[in-house]
Amino acid sequence: MTSATAAAPAATRRRRLGTTNPVVYFIALVVAAFSLGPVLYSILGGFRSNAQLAESPAGMPDPWVWSNYAGVLTNPNFWRYGLNSMIIALLTTAVVVVFGLMAAYPLSRYQFPGREKIYMIFVLGLLFPATVAVIPLFIIISKDLGMSNTWWGVALPQAAFALPTTIVILRPFLQAIPGELEEAAMIDGASRMSVFTRIMVPLSAPGLITVGVLAFVGSWNAYLLPLLLLQGDMRTLPLGVADFSTEHSSDTAGVFAFTTLSMIPAMVFFLTMQRRIVGGLQGAVKG
Amino acid sequence: MTDATTTRKRAAAAVTTAGEGGRAKRSPSPRSTRSVNWRMGLEIAVFVLPALVLFFMFVVWPMLRAVQFSVYRWKGFGPLTDFVGLRNYISVLTNDVFLGALGHNLFIVVASVAIQLPLGIAVALLLNRKMKFQGLLRTIVFIPYILAEVIAGVVWFQLLQPRYGVIDSILAGLGIQGPAQGFLGTPDLALWTVMVVLTWKYLGFAIILFLAGLQGVPQELDEAAQIDGASWWQTQRYITIPLLGPTLRTWAFLSMVGALQLFDMVWILTGGGPANATTTMATFLINEGTKRSNYGIAGAASVVLFVVALTMALLYQRFILSRDTADSDKRKVRR
Repeated sequence: MTSATAAAPAATRRRRLGTTNPVVYFIALVVAAFSLGPVLYSILGGFRSNAQLAESPAGMPDPWVWSNYAGVLTNPNFWRYGLNSMIIALLTTAVVVVFGLMAAYPLSRYQFPGREKIYMIFVLGLLFPATVAVIPLFIIISKDLGMSNTWWGVALPQAAFALPTTIVILRPFLQAIPGELEEAAMIDGASRMSVFTRIMVPLSAPGLITVGVLAFVGSWNAYLLPLLLLQGDMRTLPLGVADFSTEHSSDTAGVFAFTTLSMIPAMVFFLTMQRRIVGGLQGAVKG
Repeated sequence: MTDATTTRKRAAAAVTTAGEGGRAKRSPSPRSTRSVNWRMGLEIAVFVLPALVLFFMFVVWPMLRAVQFSVYRWKGFGPLTDFVGLRNYISVLTNDVFLGALGHNLFIVVASVAIQLPLGIAVALLLNRKMKFQGLLRTIVFIPYILAEVIAGVVWFQLLQPRYGVIDSILAGLGIQGPAQGFLGTPDLALWTVMVVLTWKYLGFAIILFLAGLQGVPQELDEAAQIDGASWWQTQRYITIPLLGPTLRTWAFLSMVGALQLFDMVWILTGGGPANATTTMATFLINEGTKRSNYGIAGAASVVLFVVALTMALLYQRFILSRDTADSDKRKVRR
């Protein structure tokens, strides 16, 4: 019996490997080309001149032109937009992680009346499309709070809209931490606060990284709210890319260079955090 | 020492449900229990309030303001005085542009699922086989998803330029002439073109989710079926895909919610044009709100968008996702 069960998977594995035929590789290649093609074209387009692009749109750089990329890298606006994006994303992430974890802690580990009701408020928040609130948000932030064209004016609402996901992902993490740890710490005289900072925070680190990454990526890629609230020097990278492409619509090569360089931060961040992002998405689906 | 610890432990165990073990041990009178409760209430408040305040200030309050705007005629300055009742709703719901936008959103909801579901499953099943470069391929497939919609939109806008864009030029090489106004400039083609770009952008997300779901399908089932002589296709059709059900249903829900809110990509590619062929509810309300300062109309459109999204979510929950909860209940009982 034991030998049979051990042999069966090996046989299947061999069969599976055998069925991976050239057709599968071909389809995989097509899918990869479809996914990567536009990105590669943009990268290569940045190395060509406008004359090259006009003459043969599907050609390779010949000769390779560096001036487009150099132009973007010496453009102070590019760095300013990148800095704004970075600061807003960091503020959003910090607020949502700190506030989200604080809220998730009692909602998962205290017994009190109304706990599930408070949790439901946040769960229902998942159903509110941010777009619905965007016009009033614009009015509230610019007129009532006087925070238009500031980093916080964008970061706070973004964090608020990221709270439901954050709390829904973090609660099971906190619930899974064994209660004995908490009790043991309290018997040793630890306060609730130090239980929170010394036990809950370190033990929920994987969940915190996941929600942090999701909030960061969401903020980094955000367009609609920054579009309404930020102008001039305060613009973020997506706004900068969109405006650059309309302002320099005749300089296609320049647009490709600007766009390509704007992709890099997200790509690098993704490649380093790939497992976390995918894990977070899985968590979001299961949650 | 040992004795003290035991006593403390016992006392702690007695009051852990109320929290605050050590303190209650010292004076277990009703008064101190109340003070423990009071302390706990304070702790809960300190922990939960920041998030609740932020949430009410920037999520709930704006939603309520949208409802308030929707019953006034307001141009963005001065107090809200011009109460118009439901007139904004009537004007939104009889506006051809808005109804067109609603239709485009629904089209995208349906087309996204109809295109990405079969493609996503097919690619995920392929990538789930043991093959070379599997990890690299997964990364590549996921790249469009992590780019900002705006950045992806700007690239595709360039690719789709009439005549000078690379797509028209490749078509010309094949002897096909692209539409004179370009794919994005021709009203009949624009929405489909947006749909192609959206598929490019979001197919990777579907594939990664499906692949994650496939990891949850127990290998033994697959193997058992194969030993019983099921072909690869039969195994997928009757075992793997049904077991992937919960993942597929959740993905479809996320895709639907996203499609109803679609803004960035359309705004960059077409701005809602040509001739309103690609407007969505979101581009409609942003246009009314920011370009024309018709905040009442924008408010009414927001509320309609919300009602549509909520209705779909509830129907979906009631008729489709409920299976999953029923399934997991059954599973719990079995356990």
